[in-house]
Amino acid sequence: MVSKAQIKHVAELARLSFSDEELDHFTEQFDNIIDMVEQLNSVDTTDVPVMTQVTDLVNVLRDDVAQKPTPRAELMENVPESADGLIKVPAIMEKED
Amino acid sequence: MNFETTIGLEVHIELKTKSKMFSPSPVTYGAEPNTETNVIDWGYPGTLPTINKGAYELGMKVALALHADIAHYTHFDRKNYFYPDNPKAYQITQSEFPLGSNGYVEIEVDGHTKKIGIKELHIEEDAGKNTHGNDGYSYVDLNRQGTPLVEIVSEPDIASPEEAYAYLDKLRQMVQFTGASDVKMEEGSMRVDSNLSIRPIGQKEYGVKTELKNLNSLVKVRDGLTAERKRQEEVLMAGGEVRPETRRFNIDTGKTELLRVKEGADDYRYFPEPDLPPMRISDDWIKAVADHLPEMPDKRRKRYVEEMGLPAYDAGVLTDTKEMSDFFEATVADGADPKQASNWLMGEVNAYLNANKLELPDTKLTPAHLAGMIKLISDGTISSKIAKKVFQEIIKNDTDPKQWVEAKGLVQLSDPAKLTPIITEVLDNNPDSITSFKNGKDHALGFLVGQIMKQTHGKANPKVVNKLLLAELDKR
Repeated sequence: MVSKAQIKHVAELARLSFSDEELDHFTEQFDNIIDMVEQLNSVDTTDVPVMTQVTDLVNVLRDDVAQKPTPRAELMENVPESADGLIKVPAIMEKED
Repeated sequence: MNFETTIGLEVHIELKTKSKMFSPSPVTYGAEPNTETNVIDWGYPGTLPTINKGAYELGMKVALALHADIAHYTHFDRKNYFYPDNPKAYQITQSEFPLGSNGYVEIEVDGHTKKIGIKELHIEEDAGKNTHGNDGYSYVDLNRQGTPLVEIVSEPDIASPEEAYAYLDKLRQMVQFTGASDVKMEEGSMRVDSNLSIRPIGQKEYGVKTELKNLNSLVKVRDGLTAERKRQEEVLMAGGEVRPETRRFNIDTGKTELLRVKEGADDYRYFPEPDLPPMRISDDWIKAVADHLPEMPDKRRKRYVEEMGLPAYDAGVLTDTKEMSDFFEATVADGADPKQASNWLMGEVNAYLNANKLELPDTKLTPAHLAGMIKLISDGTISSKIAKKVFQEIIKNDTDPKQWVEAKGLVQLSDPAKLTPIITEVLDNNPDSITSFKNGKDHALGFLVGQIMKQTHGKANPKVVNKLLLAELDKR
């Protein structure tokens, strides 16, 4: 079972805040998702190496050559608010690192 | 109660590349806000990062210079956090398989050498920059987002702020020699996070550590750690407890201040980056990178002392940067006496650089010209006084010292056939000085030399003048 406290913690990590009703709702949904994924645990994976990639690619590298950046004006079209070429965001003072 | 101190340092070093770690947008210092980014840096849907080979090799260079083992297998991981300086909401880093591990830096404090272990080095991307306004908004510039970094994590081997200073200074120097970074703390291309704990001597477990952030000079790191050690001692002596906190050093009060209390462990939910294939690093590749590493400062210092006969102090100053060290070696290769070359580089050249806030490559001085000037001094063509004039010319302009000295008529007068008549004339005009000299008044000699110098417009070779003058005086 996923607890309400865990959902609250995950929400805080994502800087989201929910009402109590929303928390109940998401806890139930989250729990269902975890249950579904947990079905995978019934597969016996003894001696199966951990797989982190689905392709067999290795060492895909690019030479250190600079290319033209995306024009700022274009990028700013998707920014809700900007000023003097800077992106305006609600102030967040502390940083978790 | 006596305490022992344990310090851990995390150093972020910006790798000097043309493009970013995972995107081809350019990296230059001081560009207009948000003009050096692309859709990959902004984490747009459908974009795919790619690994910058040049950046990875610079990271390998740093790892090799610091005697670390290079991992033969590695992949990148996502470190998840939400903050406006990183629009992807995760940083691509190496958590599980860092680029390098098990390195060390050898330091010397109070005449004792000590090895400071390096736990690991990993490659990651930098985040953008936030400026906090007074209007309830923060302002974000993403130019720095994606800039390649190598993070160097020390073992808890550092036992004092002085050792921390020595470690960082040595680390800076070694990385500077690899050419992988500018390693300038004042410009942010080298950044230090430090943590410190103390424990009563003999206690097995480490004490509770606090973190100090944003220490942007070596002196600040040392002084900040000293202040924090003192604070923790006072807390413990008063029967209190050190809390896990992030603190900041206030240079005005000389004390550390609370930034925030750390609640719970960090929760970054790392997982392997699915957009980047893993890397396999062959011994051949490692060797190819190692072959391009220049000789490191420690070895050079040893060579300067043992083979060139320089004092240890000189060897230390000359190996502060690779540019200075290379310049010195090239000057010697061009025929200059090592000690003379050292004297000029440590003296006039450094004074000129400091006074004009320049670095060696910003000047017109070449090793060939410096060596040429030193040779003109040692073969008596110019006096050391004239040499200062020559120096001002060759550091500012691309001028051959020998041609310039000849064209300007600055060649020293050393020919006795030309000097003797002048000396005779000066003596004839100053009989009183001759008498004074005979009566044991040495200053009379100085006066006479001065007169001869005046007659020759400062061009007379002082050594030859002295010799001839004494001989002439003997005759009278």
